[in-house]
Amino acid sequence: MKVYQGKSVYHGIAIGKIRILKKEKRNVVRSHVEDVEAEIRRKAAAVDESMQQLKQLYDKALQEVGESGAAIFDVHQMMLEDQDYQESIENMIRTQEVNAEYAVAVTSDNFAAMFEQMDDDYMKARAADVRDISERLISVLLEEKQDLDSKDDKEIVVAEDLSPSETVQMDKSRVQAFVTRFGSSNSHTAILARTMNIPALIGVDYTEDMDGKLAVVDGFQGIVIADPDEATLAGYRKKEAEEAEKRELLQTLKGKESVTKSGREIRLYANIGGISDLQAVMQNDAAGIGLFRSEFLYLEKSDYPTEDEQFQVYKSVAETMAGKKVIIRTLDIGADKQIGYFDLKKEENPAMGFRAIRICLKRPEIFKTQLRALYRASNYGNIAIMFPMIISVTEIRKIKEIVEEVKKELKEQGIPFKEVELGVMIETPAAVMVSEELAEEVDFFSIGTNDLTQYTLAIDRQNGELDEFYDSHHPAVLRMIRMVIENAHKKGIWAGICGELGADLTLTDTFLDMGIDELSVSPSCVLSIRKKIREHA
Amino acid sequence: MTNFTFIVKDPMGLHARPAGLLAKEAAKYASKITLKKGDKSGDAKRIFNIMGLNVKTGDTIEVSVEGESEQEDKAALEAFIRENEAFE
Repeated sequence: MKVYQGKSVYHGIAIGKIRILKKEKRNVVRSHVEDVEAEIRRKAAAVDESMQQLKQLYDKALQEVGESGAAIFDVHQMMLEDQDYQESIENMIRTQEVNAEYAVAVTSDNFAAMFEQMDDDYMKARAADVRDISERLISVLLEEKQDLDSKDDKEIVVAEDLSPSETVQMDKSRVQAFVTRFGSSNSHTAILARTMNIPALIGVDYTEDMDGKLAVVDGFQGIVIADPDEATLAGYRKKEAEEAEKRELLQTLKGKESVTKSGREIRLYANIGGISDLQAVMQNDAAGIGLFRSEFLYLEKSDYPTEDEQFQVYKSVAETMAGKKVIIRTLDIGADKQIGYFDLKKEENPAMGFRAIRICLKRPEIFKTQLRALYRASNYGNIAIMFPMIISVTEIRKIKEIVEEVKKELKEQGIPFKEVELGVMIETPAAVMVSEELAEEVDFFSIGTNDLTQYTLAIDRQNGELDEFYDSHHPAVLRMIRMVIENAHKKGIWAGICGELGADLTLTDTFLDMGIDELSVSPSCVLSIRKKIREHA
Repeated sequence: MTNFTFIVKDPMGLHARPAGLLAKEAAKYASKITLKKGDKSGDAKRIFNIMGLNVKTGDTIEVSVEGESEQEDKAALEAFIRENEAFE
């Protein structure tokens, strides 16, 4: 058994036989031509033939991976026909009296260099496209035959790098994963892997001796395991089956509504901890974001993030979600999340100490900076704000006063913003007990079951020794949830769950019976919850 | 010569796909069509020229159309750009 570390550009598990694609290093020889016009005609014929090939590849890719995956061959045709590119080749043939292959190779290097010099990763990666079309042209000129079809079932394709043409020419039903030594996360191999939903790794320093061996590609950890032992293999076979099941769910449930059999629509949202989670939100088709933990903005920095820094992040999330609801929770630090520059005192009992909204109310300048950034961003999408660790009506009134101050300031400065929904996290027994009063002050509730359970059962979640006493389905917690939903509905506002219990499939029916309006879960759980909702009477 | 401007809305800027679409459309017109971003300019009928401008999302592009049919060409090209969500 041998493990190779790389960087994952798409997740998933694959098991198959390794096939290393060896690209023969072609040496394009420079030779003198007498009849330059004949050589240019030969080049023109090769361009026509290459265009035909690209048209066929486009059709093949269209069938196999759809429009977005096929588009690159449309672009390749335009690149191949580009006047600058063609003129450069013709000029070389004419002025230097050289063979077409050589003129193409030099032109290819020049155009690729232009992209490699750009300051943008995406554009840099386009050098591979220039090389790809040039290779094709040279290959036609040399009348070479390409053989990229897989021979065995279930293959893991390993190569130095893969061009779009190479990847699309492969038999997709056999390819289980891509592994390359070079390439980038913007490369077409990565894009294709995402469309095909198979794992892909880059930056793997593989050795030739792995060719033909059975291997596992773990796209979650970014590793290839060649010659896995029995136990490892068995473990991965199970994971592979689970992944396959998830993929199936994805296929059938994507684009469907989260509606119960009786026709009640549930807001099925996703929890995120940063911008990098947005891709997963889209892939799993969540209807919005039910909990955006804003802490990461503070945890990543060595000093307080400025209003502008925060605004850019909130704005980009709001824009990416394009009008779908984005519920952002204001700063929730303290307890297990400590930040140096906040200069918080060490506490005996941090879970019950100076944290979350308590910090914001004691240090309104930090709170106001965040609120200003949030309100400014509200203009770019559908933002809602919720406040953590609330225990009393007084707190929410105080918060609303600060919110009014912020809005007034923005108005005076002529900065545009929209009205946003305000909500509270219900995560203390106190908030549950006064939820009827709280409901008069806000637009929604979101139940944070992790803290609510810890405070209700008086069990520290960090303490493993208490596991035997901990019951996440404790009737006390479930009754509290029911009470919160009832009080919300009594006052005409909606209630949701954004804690771990929200993703507990054994409780989905219970919550739906209680009348829950929203469930916000981690992106990967969205589709399995949707299935459960659609099966509910 | 006649001009108009547009803003690139595609989050990845004028990457291969929209650059290709633009080049394909521009090729349909008889006029000479030039794209300008800051002090750099390129021929709108040539995909490598367009990509070479390294246009990012939010960038403003000035388009100049020059030729005998420049008024009609400008109107048609501008309509094409305004309709495409990657641009305006």
